[in-house]
Amino acid sequence: MTGGRASIWGSTRFRGLVYQVLVVAVVVALGGWLVHNTLVNLEVRGIATGFGFLEREAGFGISENLISYTPADSYARALTVGLLNTLVVSAIGIVLATLLGTVLGVARLSGNWLVGRLASVYVEAVRNVPLLLQLFVWYGVLTALPGARQALHPLPGLYLSNRGLVIPSLDWSQGWLPVLEIPSLVGFNFVGGLTLSPEFAALLAGLTIYTAAFIAEIVRAGILAVPKGQTEAALSLGLSPGQILRLVVLPQALRVIVPPLTSQYLNICKNSPLAIAIGYPDLVAVSNTAINQTGQAVEGVTVVMVVFLALSLALSGLMNWYNKRVALVSR
Amino acid sequence: MAAPIVELCDVNKWFGAFHVLKDITLEVAKGEKVVVCGPSGSGKSTMIRCINRLEEHQSGRIVVDGVELADDIKAIDAVRRRVGMVFQSFNLFPHLTVLENLTLAPVRVAGMAPRDAEATAMALLERVRIPEQAGKFPGQLSGGQQQRVAIARALCLKPAVMLFDEPTSALDPEMVGEVLDVMSGLAAEGMTMICVTHEMGFARAVADTMVFMDEGRIVEIAPPARFFDHPANERTKRFLGKIIGH
Ligand SMILES: Nc1ncnc2c1ncn2[C@@H]1O[C@H](COP(=O)(O)OP(=O)(O)OP(=O)(O)O)[C@@H](O)[C@H]1O
Ligand SMILES: [Mg+2]
Repeated sequence: MTGGRASIWGSTRFRGLVYQVLVVAVVVALGGWLVHNTLVNLEVRGIATGFGFLEREAGFGISENLISYTPADSYARALTVGLLNTLVVSAIGIVLATLLGTVLGVARLSGNWLVGRLASVYVEAVRNVPLLLQLFVWYGVLTALPGARQALHPLPGLYLSNRGLVIPSLDWSQGWLPVLEIPSLVGFNFVGGLTLSPEFAALLAGLTIYTAAFIAEIVRAGILAVPKGQTEAALSLGLSPGQILRLVVLPQALRVIVPPLTSQYLNICKNSPLAIAIGYPDLVAVSNTAINQTGQAVEGVTVVMVVFLALSLALSGLMNWYNKRVALVSR
Repeated sequence: MAAPIVELCDVNKWFGAFHVLKDITLEVAKGEKVVVCGPSGSGKSTMIRCINRLEEHQSGRIVVDGVELADDIKAIDAVRRRVGMVFQSFNLFPHLTVLENLTLAPVRVAGMAPRDAEATAMALLERVRIPEQAGKFPGQLSGGQQQRVAIARALCLKPAVMLFDEPTSALDPEMVGEVLDVMSGLAAEGMTMICVTHEMGFARAVADTMVFMDEGRIVEIAPPARFFDHPANERTKRFLGKIIGH
């Protein structure tokens, strides 16, 4: 062995490089083998490959669509309908879970014993039951409701029946300002307002109620992380407890709250495919149908994975930007 | 003499089973400067925190500017508006600028117009000699500057009484002077002040009355000349010996 060779192999840089090249080679070989294997198997079974199927006619109906859709539309459009359903339920879920979670987190710290206990019981009960089970419960509750004629009417403008949840909606067609449209029951039907299907309502309720329990804990920890002196200074200035929470404590708690909140938001998105269990046509449910019809599982799953990856990255990016904005300035 | 502006009468307080304040009786006249001292754990902080109800007393009477502190939100709010407090650890709101720290209470509590509140705040920052820091965040200031901002913030509701809880103990030695200067200025303008501090030079120069506490009791109340030179109580003597000794 020459001295030169020994010194190159002795260099940690060189060794590091060799190991990295080895790792890449192994990963590429594994990936190549998987692709090859899949292609061979698909050929043997006579299944087409590529994304050409996206332009073919889907041929199946989707129960809820935000954009116009008929079975004669393409698979691409069907998947878009599914994606919009995922986005809507996730976005509304994120907003509602944040509101409910914040209220619960504050309630857990309340000086009122009963309020604090109730919030604790909520958090413990909801966090420890699998989300899938909770979805079945909400779906069961919603579909076991009476028919439209005997719809529950707990609040003005709110109807609960086995056809789903009817809520007031905004009508933008009357000019510049939207007009609040209050639904009413006429005969067997609801007139005006917005009808949410039992599937959508159950999924939204499940995601909201489940995630709110985790957000409550995050909010509570964030509030506890704000030094007591902040509250005392605010009290000594005569601010009310509500003002102190809004103006002094929560803005500072955000620094601690936002990073773990981001992962809860991602969880809402990633839990939304449980929709399939109660028949809400989200992206995963639609792509499942597409895969069953075309057999193109690899492409179908790829589409879903890419979409979820993009969604997650976009959400993380947004939250990171927000976190930088609420960071405290110091020397 | 006119009625005292702060009056504590036979005040007792317990933390659980621990009797922290024992039969505290103290009267502070308008414009009087009271300096409170005593060993650690003697209840100095607890006593002045009872005056603006950061702590609740269990028996006895506390009357501030004619309002008795009781389990009554209106009374508590009224007292808190009349009493400013400065803390050992500044407790500025780190997410607000210096100016916003000063305008928060005038706008939100007193309902002042933001423009007027800002004018008042700038005048107060002039008074504590840091108007140029108005747009900065507390985290960007030195300890001495932060404490001066905190004093300005406590003054922004035009309080009748100012409470100080060891306002210089958390400061580097070279910054103690600038804060004491501001406090002396305030005293010279006739502010009623109750101040927990171990800055004996400041006490001698500014105080009208010295209060010595030990084990939850007020052991001695005397004007500074007599307090420092001829303390009546044995415990006071020992305490002063220790404090002035170094
Ligand atoms: N919230 C509380 N719960 C229980 N005990 C407390 C509480 N606050 C203070 N104490 C106790 O009450 C006693 C008096 O405390 P206080 O802070 O009033 O003393 P102090 O005279 O200000 O002392 P220091 O010079 O150290 O600030 C101490 O023994 C302290 O441990
Ligand atoms: Mg103290």
